[in-house]
Amino acid sequence: MAEPMRSRLLVLPWEAAIWVLVLFALLLGRLLSDAFLTPDNLGNLAANLSEIALMALPMTLVVIAAEIDLSVASTLGMTSSLLGLLWSMHVAMPLCILAALAAGALAGLMNGLLVTGLALPSLAVTIGTLALYRGLAYALLGDHAVADFPAFYTNLGFGNLPGTAIPNPMLPFALLAAFVAVLLHATTFGRRLYAIGANETAARFSGIRVVRSKPLLFVFSGLVSGLAGVIYTFRFSSARADNAVGFELPVVAAVLLGGVSIFGGSGSVIGVVAAVFLIGVLQNALTLVDISNDVLTIVTGSLLILSVLIPNLLRQFHNRPRGG
Amino acid sequence: MSGMAMAPPVRGRLALRLSQFRELGLVASLLALVLATAAVNPRFLSPLGIRDILLDVSVIALVAIGETLALLMRQVDLSVSSILGIAAYGAGAVFVAFPGLPIPVVMLLGVAAGAVLGAMNGLLIAYGRVPSLVATLGTLYVFRGADYAWVKGGQINAINLPPTFRHFANAAILGVPVMVLLVIIVTIGFGYYLRHYPGGREYYAVGSNEEAARLAGINVERRLMRGFMLSGAIAGLAGVLFLARFGTADATAGAGMELRVVAAAVVGGVAITGGVGTVQGAALGALLLGVISNALVVLRVPAFWQQTIEGALLLVAISLDILLARHTLWLMRARHRNG
Repeated sequence: MAEPMRSRLLVLPWEAAIWVLVLFALLLGRLLSDAFLTPDNLGNLAANLSEIALMALPMTLVVIAAEIDLSVASTLGMTSSLLGLLWSMHVAMPLCILAALAAGALAGLMNGLLVTGLALPSLAVTIGTLALYRGLAYALLGDHAVADFPAFYTNLGFGNLPGTAIPNPMLPFALLAAFVAVLLHATTFGRRLYAIGANETAARFSGIRVVRSKPLLFVFSGLVSGLAGVIYTFRFSSARADNAVGFELPVVAAVLLGGVSIFGGSGSVIGVVAAVFLIGVLQNALTLVDISNDVLTIVTGSLLILSVLIPNLLRQFHNRPRGG
Repeated sequence: MSGMAMAPPVRGRLALRLSQFRELGLVASLLALVLATAAVNPRFLSPLGIRDILLDVSVIALVAIGETLALLMRQVDLSVSSILGIAAYGAGAVFVAFPGLPIPVVMLLGVAAGAVLGAMNGLLIAYGRVPSLVATLGTLYVFRGADYAWVKGGQINAINLPPTFRHFANAAILGVPVMVLLVIIVTIGFGYYLRHYPGGREYYAVGSNEEAARLAGINVERRLMRGFMLSGAIAGLAGVLFLARFGTADATAGAGMELRVVAAAVVGGVAITGGVGTVQGAALGALLLGVISNALVVLRVPAFWQQTIEGALLLVAISLDILLARHTLWLMRARHRNG
């Protein structure tokens, strides 16, 4: 189980292949519908990806370090509820936003402390907090919806960058993607993450403070989920406890499809960004031709499985026969 | 083979002692909870109240038995809820088409459908080497998507079901509902198999140390394949019971149940790290969770806090369980060092 999933040789072609698939998907969309390659539709496509794209970035770091965070969508729901609750109590909006971000970071800190402090598997911990944080979302807001947000903020969520068809949430996404790419590929911290993910014991023996690095990753994941919660709330002008239920799947799917090994130790930001857009383009193109959401669910699930199965089969094909 | 025959009994004995302890603890917390709740609201202990709790729990307890097989092998099966959904609607559709079909035949159809879907998981995990978390998260969505595509907003209602099946949920032998009896029989059967049959012991061996199991001559791939087929088959049977219990099924039947099932097994002492646990424990875990959520209702805890409490309990159970497992390992090593 611990063997690395993709050989070093396969890493680059995999990410290139995902970008080629994005091009094919764009082509497919163009063939399926005339309305596809319009600025409006592409902007719409990007806007719908906002939260998934954002949360996939810290998830990339988490999975490279051989952990997982399944609580991201619940953290989004909880921060959205908190934002709505505070606003309905007439707290000033900047404070509401700060509180939502802080709550997200706290949720991540709790995950991180349980994972490193008690040395529990992150899968088990975040399945638990997935239920817990969603529960807190309901505890905060019940089944109310808060919708009377000021136009200034909902425009921020809903609008486009001045003079373009690029939706506003793409700006924080681009900045964050650049930040994560530099962090991962050009700093010692990034190299250490790969080392931790490849072999945590070896990393510890070579002097890497694993206990210090890992909680940071979960805090980052929680913080960005909080940001996604704020954006989601403003984009739909609605704070509800059940916001973004089930979003953890497309986020994990995008990260794995983007070439990050579920066993940790390999992957890149550029691959994950490609995978996010591949999922977005496919979903948008299929929706335009009235293919129902059920098929989209099947497509996302299949992509998730295939993104691991195909490299495995390729590898088995390459180093046959080994007996066993 | 001799290494295999020597090693597990030590671990088995210790793990067994621990799990017995564990089951006693579960029964004790159950009793305490039931008595405390009944003291506040005596209606909690009315025959009807007990019957409702048992019927509610039976479906989840059944699925938790299959989940235990996966967890014992240090795997997880998240797709059980989707398999249950397909089987529940499928059983309804079969009854609509052939109202005269005997109930056991429809149950067998549910088992067969579940086994086929489980075999797809097994193939991906055992031979495609896809980690079970990824494979079953994927099939969770693929199966549910297929369910939606098939059902298309349709719904099976109690009126569409033959009267014999509608009465099945209420049937009882000596006051015990037949559905509950069925789940008890399956629990005892799998409990005996896991404890006394070589095939059953293989689940523990694979989950304790896959490499050692392989060296001991166990066909790990075949065991994985069978485990996931069984988990699917049991979820299929549970789907038929789901339809009997609720009398209605649409495309969302059982959605989100997978986490409660994993929680039930873990609360019941099945280690998420593999190799430790029993199906009896998992069924008890399901009962405890069911009693807790019923008690929360009886004690008038606001509905919106219930999920928070359940989530916190789950987190505590998982943490305790892993710390306990680590302590056992430490004890084993200490004993080993002392000869």
